[in-house]
Amino acid sequence: MNQDDKLILGGREFHSRFILGSGKYSLSLIEAAVKYAGAELITLAVRRANTKEHENILDYIPKGVTLLPNTSGARNAEEAVRIARLARELGCGDFIKIEIMRDTKYLLPDNAETVRATEILAKEGFVVMPYMYPDLNTARDLVNAGAASVMPLASPIGSNKGLATRDFIQILIDEIDLPIIVDAGIGRPSQACEAMEMGAAAVMSNTALATAGDLPVMAEAFRKAVEAGRQAYLSGLGRVLVRGASPSDTLTGFLHD
Amino acid sequence: MENQFLVDSEGLSESALKRKHELENNPDCRTDIMTYMDGQEQIQSDIREKVMKEVEEYDPSRYTAADVRRALQKSNLSVEDLKALLSPAAAPFLEQMAERARIETRKHFGNTVYLFTPLYIANYCENYCVYCGFNCYNHIRRMKLSMAQIEHEMEVIAESGMEEILILTGESRAQSDIHYIGEACKLARKYFRMVGVEIYPVNVEDYRYLHECGVDYVTVFQETYDTEKYETLHLAGHKRVWPYRFEAQERALMGGMRGVAGSALLGLSDFRKDALASALHMYFLQRKYPHAEISLSCPRLRPIINNGKINPQDVGERQLCQILCAYRMFLPFAGITVSSRESKSFRDGIVKIAATKISAGVSTGIGDHESKYTGKESDTEGDEQFEISDSRSFRQMYADMASEGLQPVLNDYLYV
Repeated sequence: MNQDDKLILGGREFHSRFILGSGKYSLSLIEAAVKYAGAELITLAVRRANTKEHENILDYIPKGVTLLPNTSGARNAEEAVRIARLARELGCGDFIKIEIMRDTKYLLPDNAETVRATEILAKEGFVVMPYMYPDLNTARDLVNAGAASVMPLASPIGSNKGLATRDFIQILIDEIDLPIIVDAGIGRPSQACEAMEMGAAAVMSNTALATAGDLPVMAEAFRKAVEAGRQAYLSGLGRVLVRGASPSDTLTGFLHD
Repeated sequence: MENQFLVDSEGLSESALKRKHELENNPDCRTDIMTYMDGQEQIQSDIREKVMKEVEEYDPSRYTAADVRRALQKSNLSVEDLKALLSPAAAPFLEQMAERARIETRKHFGNTVYLFTPLYIANYCENYCVYCGFNCYNHIRRMKLSMAQIEHEMEVIAESGMEEILILTGESRAQSDIHYIGEACKLARKYFRMVGVEIYPVNVEDYRYLHECGVDYVTVFQETYDTEKYETLHLAGHKRVWPYRFEAQERALMGGMRGVAGSALLGLSDFRKDALASALHMYFLQRKYPHAEISLSCPRLRPIINNGKINPQDVGERQLCQILCAYRMFLPFAGITVSSRESKSFRDGIVKIAATKISAGVSTGIGDHESKYTGKESDTEGDEQFEISDSRSFRQMYADMASEGLQPVLNDYLYV
């Protein structure tokens, strides 16, 4: 792995470009998942950490891993802001992944409310990573609101359907100067690899690992896929793979001077 | 043979017995179940019409194995698919249904299973529902806990580790008014992370008040969606008004609640139609209120004090499993709760397929958590609503779920 190739979020450097979700599997597997996925960032639902129980998820997260608390459960900007502040009080740090849903069926993010919450929380010094539906105008609004990255969904969360929004994510990658982190719907390592080849700064996955037969092995497969995709992107893809055709006879051969 | 619900308790006065027999034998003396009573709010809603249209059209015998196979292959199920999966034609496909349901449950909930416990704070009831242990003509020890007693019960339960509580009462507004319940919920917020209620249906403003007291989830059981049957089972009291009960979840959402749950009580009427209605009731609610968290239960009839013969009729475990798999495939994102009415073996199995939440450390009596949890004797307890089947403690349930390879979750909720 190229040690100079770093993902920078909120002034912090990360070598891993795989962000691990933690909500859907046994806490005892988190440590193994982090290890095999090589993850340096792990998401955490604040509502899930809001527990007195002996099995608090916070206790299972290995040292040295940066927590990315999320605001799942928020139905509007105000609720997301409250949850973010609670995350800070719980000692989860300054990173916050904004998730605002007012749809319990598909869990699709509410872009407008997400922009509002981003603006408030960025001003309060949070490193704001908003989960969003890939829309260029919203992404620009998020940049202006002070987001540290933009996290477009690949397909509905938990669906494992891969890059259903591929073309729109590509537009964000091409037009937005912040890291574009592909979140939700990545079901296979090959899909994670493709997102990275496209130029995504990182990918995030939870369900794909949670539903795998052997979680640590799948975690490792994702690590390798993300690294391979990143290397392919950095190396410059061969011409058969670049977007648009490249004819073998030049179109400008008729020019004489 | 149908259930023999009508039992004369010892200790009823002559006039009470006379009134009871009149209600049972003379339909003309009973009120119209479709007419709202004074003080019952009527909201504008088309959900009831949508649900009942489908239920009326549903003929389970019309569906074939081919319909079931088609439904099994689809990723987004239609109402027709749901009808096929609930039909007798789906019975031979139970294993395939369970496989599909398991995949959907895993996709949406991973391997988590949520634990909660109910707390009955009063068992006074003004309704005469012939199958229920709390019914006003059933001679049982009645009790209403004081705030100090409620707090003590909560301390005992919280001590066990439980973080989610469901507050229940019998349906007596006179004995357990909304402020009594509200105060109990405020106390519950001190001891638990998540508070739900299962009480008599109320108006929007009362749901709003309860929400302000810390409640975010409301469960109301319709008992049966078959209005003709409903009329013969709920002979007196506010609960007679079928549409007011039907609209309770919607009023709760209008009052600001985050989520609602409902179901028929299986075994009272045609279970296939009641299961269809239960699923569609929640389905149409979520379509109208997309932010609403919806949840289904699946209670079956159980024996009660003074009538040990009550049973769920033709709804066996296989039928119940079929219903729950159909629910999961049709509403992959919905919560599914399986209560202690069901056996240990059924609950251990169904959490791996379709259920997402189970109760533990359950008592359906009043004020008896300390004696049940610690063995300390008590002579001030109110009688139970029904007999439970799975009496595992919270600790035992936690350990059992973990040993099944599941992740028990005590709280995944924030009051915002």
